[in-house]
Amino acid sequence: MHTFHRIPGILPGAALWLFSHSSLADWELNLTEGVTEISREVYDMHMFVLWICVWIGVLVFGAMAISIVRHRKSRGAVPAGFHESTFAEVLWTVIPFAILITMAWPAAKTLIAMEDTSDADITLKVTGHQWKWEYEYLDSGVKFISSLHPESREAAALGSGIDPATVDNYLLEVDNPVVLPVGKKIRFLLTASDVIHAWWIPDFAIKKDAIPGFINEMWTNIEEEGIYRGQCAELCGRDHGFMPIVVHALSQEKYDEWVSAQLAAAEAVAASADREWAMDELMQRGEKVYGTYCVACHQANGEGIAGAFPSLKGTPMMLNDLEGHIDIVLNGKPGTAMQAFSTQLNDADLAAVITYERNAWGNDTGDVIQPATIKAARIQ
Amino acid sequence: MNAYATDAHHDDDHHHGPPPGLMRWVTTTNHKDIGTLYLWFSLIMFFIGGVMALVIRTELFQPGLQVVDPHFFNQMTTLHALIMIFGVVMPAFVGLANWMLPMMVGAPDMALPRMNNWSFWILPFGFAMMLATLFMEGGGPAAGWTIYPPLSLQTGNALPYLIFSIHLLGVSSIMGAINIIATIMNLRAPGMTYMKMPLFVWTWFITAYLLIAVMPVLAGAVTMLLTDKFFGTSFFDAAGGGDPVMFQHIFWFFGHPEVYILILPSFGLVSEIIPTFSRKKLFGYNSMVYATASIALLSFIVWAHHMFTVGMPLAGEMFFMFTTMLIAVPTGVKVFNWVSTMWQGAMTFETPMLFALGFVIMFTIGGFSGLMLAMTPIDFQYHDTYFVVAHFHYVLVPGAIFGIIGGVYYWLPKWTGNMYDEKLGQAHFWLSTIFVNILFFPMHFVGLAGMPRRIPDYAVQFTDFNQVATIGAFGFGLSQILFLVLVIKCIRGGKKADDQVWEGAQGLEWTVSSPPPYHTFSPQPVIK
Repeated sequence: MHTFHRIPGILPGAALWLFSHSSLADWELNLTEGVTEISREVYDMHMFVLWICVWIGVLVFGAMAISIVRHRKSRGAVPAGFHESTFAEVLWTVIPFAILITMAWPAAKTLIAMEDTSDADITLKVTGHQWKWEYEYLDSGVKFISSLHPESREAAALGSGIDPATVDNYLLEVDNPVVLPVGKKIRFLLTASDVIHAWWIPDFAIKKDAIPGFINEMWTNIEEEGIYRGQCAELCGRDHGFMPIVVHALSQEKYDEWVSAQLAAAEAVAASADREWAMDELMQRGEKVYGTYCVACHQANGEGIAGAFPSLKGTPMMLNDLEGHIDIVLNGKPGTAMQAFSTQLNDADLAAVITYERNAWGNDTGDVIQPATIKAARIQ
Repeated sequence: MNAYATDAHHDDDHHHGPPPGLMRWVTTTNHKDIGTLYLWFSLIMFFIGGVMALVIRTELFQPGLQVVDPHFFNQMTTLHALIMIFGVVMPAFVGLANWMLPMMVGAPDMALPRMNNWSFWILPFGFAMMLATLFMEGGGPAAGWTIYPPLSLQTGNALPYLIFSIHLLGVSSIMGAINIIATIMNLRAPGMTYMKMPLFVWTWFITAYLLIAVMPVLAGAVTMLLTDKFFGTSFFDAAGGGDPVMFQHIFWFFGHPEVYILILPSFGLVSEIIPTFSRKKLFGYNSMVYATASIALLSFIVWAHHMFTVGMPLAGEMFFMFTTMLIAVPTGVKVFNWVSTMWQGAMTFETPMLFALGFVIMFTIGGFSGLMLAMTPIDFQYHDTYFVVAHFHYVLVPGAIFGIIGGVYYWLPKWTGNMYDEKLGQAHFWLSTIFVNILFFPMHFVGLAGMPRRIPDYAVQFTDFNQVATIGAFGFGLSQILFLVLVIKCIRGGKKADDQVWEGAQGLEWTVSSPPPYHTFSPQPVIK
């Protein structure tokens, strides 16, 4: 599809060039060309259609401009009598139709290529949650959750006083990036646990909805190593603007190393669940987990948002109902934004965050919940 | 034909004048009074929805959250859209239809005057209910005007109020549409065949059928949301065997014809204005009518282009891509016809003409981005970004709303009997046009650069164009105060308008006095 001829545009071309000149660093104007074959096809098609529109615009608005200048009453123009012409009307039905066909043909070809997810080398399952992404590498079993980087989260709080310009990649950085090898066909399986999200990396020119209860497919083949950033593209609630996507594309060797390291780390985490944890240890870890998973709704002060997200401060469940507390964290509450965290967090994290919630903000129940308790609760 | 108007004037002014005071407006069955009510209602809602847009633009002036919580931001985007669509553009069109259709087809009034009263008076209650949700626990609806489940099912107390409010607005629209169809089919003056009707009448005739076809579909969709939320059904819940995407299909089966409901009457308005000020008959009247009908028919088979990213089968994506691209043909025909109408005319540039010319250019720009969006492979890049926001605001603000404002300027001297202040009108046009472009054009750029829509905060590289857009928003909003001043001034007085008002104007409405008598065209004129 590199065969698109850029339709030369002299005047409008010059105007666009002036605007797109690199001296205007942040005034980014156009679509990215991206780093895949598909993304370049998409970019070329975008420019092709854009130029068609520009030229039709020049013709139509040009004819209008001539009328406005020359056929005005103040210049003594006398209205002509014509008000129909079968020839003209057939012409401007047929010509646009022909132009549309020249656009539709390559579009259909690219679309067919985009929808062919067969023969993938790697399959990555992506699950959208309010408001973070869960990734599972179906081939190696690596699995983790990726959410907004704490620095961005802190700066993004209403009236935080932190200048976003001082935060690296503000709102486009995560704690755990996706890692993918270059030069491989990667298939994505998309789904969600609560509401509809959409996974989008502009540099790959792929975007698809992650829908609860359904699985969507798409694919990419990244050509260059690098870091690629995107965002959730489907309104998914309060923190829709705060669930970015970051992909680190590495060579196959570095990717393999990363996979081994992830598997080793997962084993260490599993082992830690079997030992007894101290209160301080749980509180520390719980605060971190709370800051990543719970704070968006229940807020840093635990008070939630009246009417939308319930408070955790001094409520009967926090003070007296440990069983109910474990149950709602593990299994969520259907019909609300409260998710089932049993699939997202390990036993130690769950024990830590529940311990934290029962002892923070003056709740002070003194309850210490061990990972073993969570493990037992899961079995029930 | 002037004789009829004069006769009518004498008869009716003395015997059937309106009751005095507030009750005139509550009990009125007069098409002119009801038209006035609709238009004022629309203007008030325009300012309410506009303030919401300014809240949005204020928060987006710079990265970071400065003014509102993201949850409230989402309420603003949701209500801004619902108000502008159902509270501004649609009532304004119905208001214009009420005022003008009977006068344009030579009828004494609308065919169903009591229903007319009811269909207006439902609206304030519907919107009071919708706006009241802002003060409820959990706030107003925040899932976008498209109210996609499962997200919309997380709405708090606002959901049932929103749904009942949508039902009320739907009932009002359907009654309005029935009334318009009944009037056009039954009350045309003798000799006015269908193919002699003014284009504003034609476009409204077609729009009315679209309304009757799709408003019940929306009512069904939101009722299913209601039962999913409160009565344990699972229409849209995969866990219960339902499908969240089914809602989107149903919604957009309503939604796409709805966007043509929001533009076709404006097509009609500019098709009245451009010939008048070009002093030349509308070019290609027949093809204008057929193009409008084609657009309306096509609108029923393109809906899934709003949802290319939901994971449709390839064949589905192809079908909706091709049908959507096809719409460019009849739309192009309309634009070419407007330009040909101006060609070799004798043009003057009073305010209504300026708005009509602005409409043609800026609606076409919105049409271009629509063509780009129609192409599925590139839509994956554009979908749910500010490029889409730029696209539909171009067709709706300098498109639909410029058409409405042009129509108001065009007929304001007829309605009030006074000429509006031309200088103020021209200022209103130029300020609106400059600011509307400062507001919406940069949105193309941030969208292409990767900024998703419906986000309260953004990465720092999007700052510059967002600041430009916010400046444009305040400029555009403040410019509309000029319009309010101008309308009030015109109602209170000014240079007297004669019956013809515009030198090149054609049609029955110009044969009656300015202002027209309370009851016009009884007996009916005869068209030869």
